[in-house]
Parts: sequence; C-alpha cells; structure tokens
Amino acid sequence: MSSTTIDEFRRQIMLRTPLRIRGGGSKDFYGGAPGGRLESNLLDTRAHSGIVSYDPSELVVTVKAGTTLQELELVLAARRQFLPFEPPRFGDDLADATIGGAVAAGLSGPRRASAGALRDFVLGLRMMDGAGRELKFGGEVMKNVAGYDVSRLMAGSMGCLGVILDVSLKVLPVPMHEATIRLEVDQQRALEMLNRWGGEPLPISASCWVDGVMSIRLSGAEPAVRAAKLSLGGSPVDETDAQLFWTSLRDGKHTFFCANTAGATLWRLSTPSVTPPVISTDRTLVEWGGAQRWFHSDAEFDEVHALAKSISATATAFRTTAGRENVFAPLAPGVLKLHQALKHVFDPHGIFGHGRLNPEL
Amino acid sequence: MQRSLNLVHTANSDQDFANADRATLLAKLDAVLPEGAWLHVKEDLLPYECDGLSAYRRVPLAVALPENEAQVVAVMRACYEAGVPVVARGAGTGLSGGAMPHEHGVVLSLAKLKRILRVDRNARTAVVQPGVRNLAISEAVTQYGLYYAPDPSSQIACSIGGNVAENSGGVHCLKYGLTLHNVLRVRVVLANSEIVEFGSDALDTAGLDLLALFIGSEGMLGVATEITVKLTPKPQAAQCILASFDDVRRAGDAVAAVIAAGIIPAGLEMMDQPAVRAVEPFVKAGYDINAAAILLCESDGTKEEVADEIARMKAVLEGNGATELRVSQSEAERMLFWAGRKAAFPAAGRVSPDYYCMDGTIPKRRLADMLIAITGMEKKYGLRCMNVFHAGDGNLHPLILYDANVPGELARTEAFGADILKLSVDFGGTITGEHGVGFEKIDAMCGQFVSDELTMFHGVKAAFDPRGLLNPGKAVPSLHRCAEFGRMHVHGGQTAFPEIERL
Repeated sequence: MSSTTIDEFRRQIMLRTPLRIRGGGSKDFYGGAPGGRLESNLLDTRAHSGIVSYDPSELVVTVKAGTTLQELELVLAARRQFLPFEPPRFGDDLADATIGGAVAAGLSGPRRASAGALRDFVLGLRMMDGAGRELKFGGEVMKNVAGYDVSRLMAGSMGCLGVILDVSLKVLPVPMHEATIRLEVDQQRALEMLNRWGGEPLPISASCWVDGVMSIRLSGAEPAVRAAKLSLGGSPVDETDAQLFWTSLRDGKHTFFCANTAGATLWRLSTPSVTPPVISTDRTLVEWGGAQRWFHSDAEFDEVHALAKSISATATAFRTTAGRENVFAPLAPGVLKLHQALKHVFDPHGIFGHGRLNPEL
Repeated sequence: MQRSLNLVHTANSDQDFANADRATLLAKLDAVLPEGAWLHVKEDLLPYECDGLSAYRRVPLAVALPENEAQVVAVMRACYEAGVPVVARGAGTGLSGGAMPHEHGVVLSLAKLKRILRVDRNARTAVVQPGVRNLAISEAVTQYGLYYAPDPSSQIACSIGGNVAENSGGVHCLKYGLTLHNVLRVRVVLANSEIVEFGSDALDTAGLDLLALFIGSEGMLGVATEITVKLTPKPQAAQCILASFDDVRRAGDAVAAVIAAGIIPAGLEMMDQPAVRAVEPFVKAGYDINAAAILLCESDGTKEEVADEIARMKAVLEGNGATELRVSQSEAERMLFWAGRKAAFPAAGRVSPDYYCMDGTIPKRRLADMLIAITGMEKKYGLRCMNVFHAGDGNLHPLILYDANVPGELARTEAFGADILKLSVDFGGTITGEHGVGFEKIDAMCGQFVSDELTMFHGVKAAFDPRGLLNPGKAVPSLHRCAEFGRMHVHGGQTAFPEIERL
C-alpha cells in the first residue's frame, strides 16, 4: 500500500508543478500564505500512515508521516512513553494533526524549555526531494554523527525542502509523577522567580504566567516532586484541572489565545528568558521559563520584528487575519543566501511550499 | 600561464589543489597575521601533522594561529582568494582524523581564541570562543552551581569549537543530550570569509535550523568563532551502581530492562572482561575481574530523586541476573567507580603498544550480539579487542589492540574495525556515534549511504562552500571514491555504485 502511496508522491513531484505538502491541515493557519506565484496543488500525506517500528526499550519510534499525533501518542501511552516535546494539535478536530505536519512545523509545547524542542528528538527520517529521490538520513539510534544532520534541518522547514515520508523520534518514559502548583505574582516577579529556579536543580517541566497567576508543573520521582512543591510554595491544582490547563496551553485553546481583540494578530516571541516584560500590551502570556511570550497586537509586522530584534528576540505572527507575507522574522542577508542555496539543492525546480517559510523560498 | 584550479565542489570526484597559489597565500598570511601567528617551516608544522588519530599524518602548507575573529576572517579571505584549502583545528584531540591537514592547505588553529567572553548566570548561558576547553566552561561557572553538560572523555583538553564540529557526546548524554542540545548559537565565518550567525540567545529563530545542520558538520561548512552554550544546574546528588554479570547477554538484557522500567540513568556504561582486566590492576576500582561484563549505572538529581531511582535501578539489575551489586556510598567511591571506566583508553595503551578505538552505534538490543560477533572477529583477525560501551545509548567503543611495528597488524586492525562498522550498519546502527567520520571512516560512509544521499550531502556542502575549500576529502566521500571502494568490496556479485563511470 505504502509503496504505491510513495509512487503517487513521486508522480506528483515529477509533474514539476507547485505542491503544498499537507497532512491534516491543522496548521494551515501557520506560516506564510501558501501558493505565492501559482496556485499550489496539494500533496496529501495522510494515506502514508502507520507505525513502522517501535521498541520501547530502545526509546525510539519510527512512524509514517501521515500518522496522526493522536494515534502515535496512544501507541506510546500504552507503553507508558510519550513525545516529550508535547507537539501541539491545532484545529477544530484535534484528531487531524499528523506527525509529518508536526515535524515540518517544528513546534513544541509547554515542556520545551525543560525537555527540549521537537528537533532535539528527531533521530532520522526518510524523505523525497524535489527530484523525486527517496533519501534516508540519520537513523534510529541516539548518537549518530555520520553525514550532515539533514533530518533536523527538515524539522521546521515548513514543507519547503521535500516530503517527509517516515520519521524516527526519540521517546521517553512518562514521568513517574506530576503535580501543578499556582502562585499569585506579577509578571516582573514571575520572570525573576522562573530564572532563579531555572538555575536550581528543580524538576520543573512547564511554566505559564498569565493575568497575575503563575502555574508551575513539576515532573519526576514522587519524592522529588513532593520536595519541590514544599520549597516552591503556592497552592496545589487538582490533577484533572492541571491536565486540561496544560493541554489547552499546548493546543492554543486557552482563553488567552481565543480572546482576540478584533483584527489583532497573535504574536509569539522567542526571547532570552531574562528579558524583562517589554511588550506594551494589555496582556501577555509567558511560557518556557520566560523564553516564550505571547501577546496580541495590531502593530505593523515590520515594527514588531524590529522591536523583537532590538531585544535579541524573534517574533512570529502566529495567527493573523492580516496578509501572511512576513509572519516570520526577516533573515540576515548571508543567512538568506544559504537558505536559497539549500532550497535549490533539495528542490531544484522550486515546487515545494513556496512562501510558507520565507517569501523568497 | 593559466592555472587550472578545480574550484567547484561536486559530488563526483575529489578536488585537486596541487596548483593552488602557494606564493600568494604565504605573502597574504604574512600581511594579515602578526609575526609568530603563522608557521611554514617544516619543523614548526610537524606538531600539526595529525590529530588524536595518529595513524594518519600529513604535513600542511602552513599553520595559521589567529588571535581574534578579524584575523580568522583575514586568513579565510586569503585562502579563498588563493584557492587554498583550510582545515580548522581545535585542540587536536579528535579521533577520526577530522583535523588531519591537507598537504596543499592551511591548518587554521583556533587555539588562541580561548576567552570566555560572557557568562550570564541568570539566563544560564555562556558566550565562549572556540578554543575554550570543554572543562574550562564548567570550571568558570561552578561558583554559580552550574556546569556545561556534555562531557566527552577528552574534556580536560578538547575545545568547544571541536565539540561543535563533531557534535560530541560523553557518558551523560542519554539524559543531558549532545552538543547539539546544549548550544544555542554559533557565529561562523564561511569559506568566502563572510560572517553569519545561526541560532540566537533565545530558544527559537526564524528560518531553517542551520544551527542543527552546522553542529557536527566536521569543519566542512564554516568555522565557528563564537559559541553560546546552555548551562545546566549541577545536580544536588549523584550515586552509582556497579553491577557484575556472568554472561554478556544478561548484561545487555539488563541495559534494556533498566530503560524499559522507565528509568533514564544519568550514565549507563558497560565494560567487557578484557576491558575490566586491563584497567583493574592499576586503577583498583574494585571491578569484578571474573565478571563477563560489568555495568555502571548512575543516577543524579535531587537527593530524593536519587534515592528513589537507585532503589528502582537496583531492583531491575538484581531481577536481571546481576551476580554482584555495589552502590557507591560516598562521592569518593562514586569517583573510583568511574575512574576505572575513564582509564579504559590509557589502560589499552598500557597492555598493548597501539590500540584503535572504534565508534559505532547500534540498537541496545543488539549489544550482546555485537560483543559475541567481536569475539569471533578477534579469532578471524588474530587480534585482541576490549570493549567499553556507552550502553545506554548503544554507542560502542571497541578498542582493538595491535602493534604497529608488526608488519600487517595495522592493516588487519583496519579490516577488523571496518567489519565492526559494517555490522553496526547491518544491525540498524551507524558507523559513528560521536567521533565523526573525518578521514578515518570516509570509506565506511559508502556502506551507510547510497549515492543519492551522498550527492545530497555534497549539495549541502556546496551551498555553504561552493569552491570546496573547507576540509576537503573529509566527512563525505566523493562518488568516485565510493565506486573505487566498491570495486574492492564486491558483495554477492553486486557492484556498489554501478551508476558511476569508472576511470
């Protein structure tokens, strides 16, 4: 079945017409507007689905790109393992998101600051490039430095380099124990606390500050979580409520993200965790120990990118009703040249995901 | 006379730099570097003729020792204009010949760029120059309760620039990650002397993940002049279990069982009997010399975490047939347990005139199969081998013992090593876990990747370095080289790389 699916991918690629690679379409809203020069055809990866191999004691799963996150996470959960980068599932139907889409978008959830990003867990992948060649990079082992790290380059490449066919990911055991606590504190103080705690050996696995309330998730051995709860203080949150809260944060369903002032763009700011509260906006949501900040703004995109740059941060227009030309920060000229050269190597006929990652690609 | 410079990097064949403009280059180096910051007299060049893999040596045209980034840029520009290859070198501790000089090229030593530029205690980052030693970073921040997590065994000497080039690991990377997971940003001089930055002081940046692509690229894509590393809070406590097994298969199964029990040890190392017997007499770590294999299983974290994890590890190891089991009762005892493991390489040097360290990675479930296969190879090649494994992540370091003065032993050793690497690939693993391909494993790459994949690697290289001036002939073999290699190794009548025209 799969080989015919892959043959079909190749057939589409060989037509050399622009293609938009798409799984469940749950992240259509994200990134530059698809299309660009020409109306793109869809290359739908969903028929290429299923677990290729999974051995829990190896901490590695290899999965076809069209597999839904839901299916993959169920398989892992049955063996008490999980994807530590907590990939978000957007869209109305949470079952839509595929692992291929997650890797291509490169987005990570609340655990990112402590566990690492999606790209940190990519061990290898099989892909098809713009010439229809099937290529395998990396592998299924933790340590592998043979050849350039093309698999991690594909993470976050927004479908502009090639079609991800299968991906091998490192997985981890589900933490033995988790608990969430809440503290009432202002943003300035919250950032100070998060950065101080970041320098201490505490089992903090996620953090969020919004509207004067800071939520901290602790993960690990039960005695370690208990000891940390005591030393951090705050009030405990009911387990079910906590689960709902972190999931809503991961999937962009928290009321903060939805309460959009008409026409304003939802911005994601990736910043040094120590940056003081800088954005003059009504509300900010802080995650990742201070390293990720969300806010709504109707300012011009260029203005927000320039402000971010001035504080060594990177802004992304995450959800917008405005034009999606410059949702990502502009690249330095030398870096853009490398992007163009790489794009040409992977996609010599320029058919994949035009405009999704960068207007020039 | 028109010089014929082959200044285009392609996948097909290795470039020949014999006609590079040597006189112009030397004049330019003299112009851009202070006296003493470049070497060209043969006896000055000899210390640079190899890196940590001394079996392969070449004398370079010159060695440049810039003192700052501006001088690095000037050297790169001079080499670019003269069409001369550049081989970047950190501390020269690499084990794959990645910093072995090019006979028509310049060795660019980053040894003098050894300043820690900034430490941000609050943000837990440090900005360092490439020549800073790995351990020096941890030493500089220990006062803040922080350290730099990746700890390759050469960490006393190896430089962070070299770590970035090789994506170095260490004994703790199952839990704390590789260099890749602990570097936020690099500032890079490209072959054409242009400066670019990948990554940032924040966690994410726009565009393709060129930081991930650059880390582990073995000096083929650019030269790092500044590196921002992440610092990790020092664990409050650490304890180590030393477990003996009377059968390598049971030891291998115990490794899988620890992971399957939901435990990620801070370190999980395995040594076979020959390795134990080589180190024990002079380290006196208390290793069981009658065990078929021993495991070192470490836990770190808060005191509560460690107590809990050690109890669980102990139960798993006992349940999987450990014949003897000791838990370190003090920091001194924990260090002693590790001293034996860390002395494995010197011990190999003590029991044999020469040794050759391999570096494959395989799925953990094949650890015992590999050990048994290596035993067979010892007989086949008439050589001894002792094994130390980063078992937790399946990374093997078989140490093949040989005597270079015995005619034919080096060749047999290389064939032995190639067999191990081939089996690593057959087991679903890789030819190098952390030492890099360099010059050493360039032919083994032909067995792990097909020509389309190698062509893609060369494309990536050309995107960064279209003239192919950075570390030529390393890391990725030309298709022609693989065709030649394939001709020597025809398996089952199948010629490897049949699509390449043979010359």
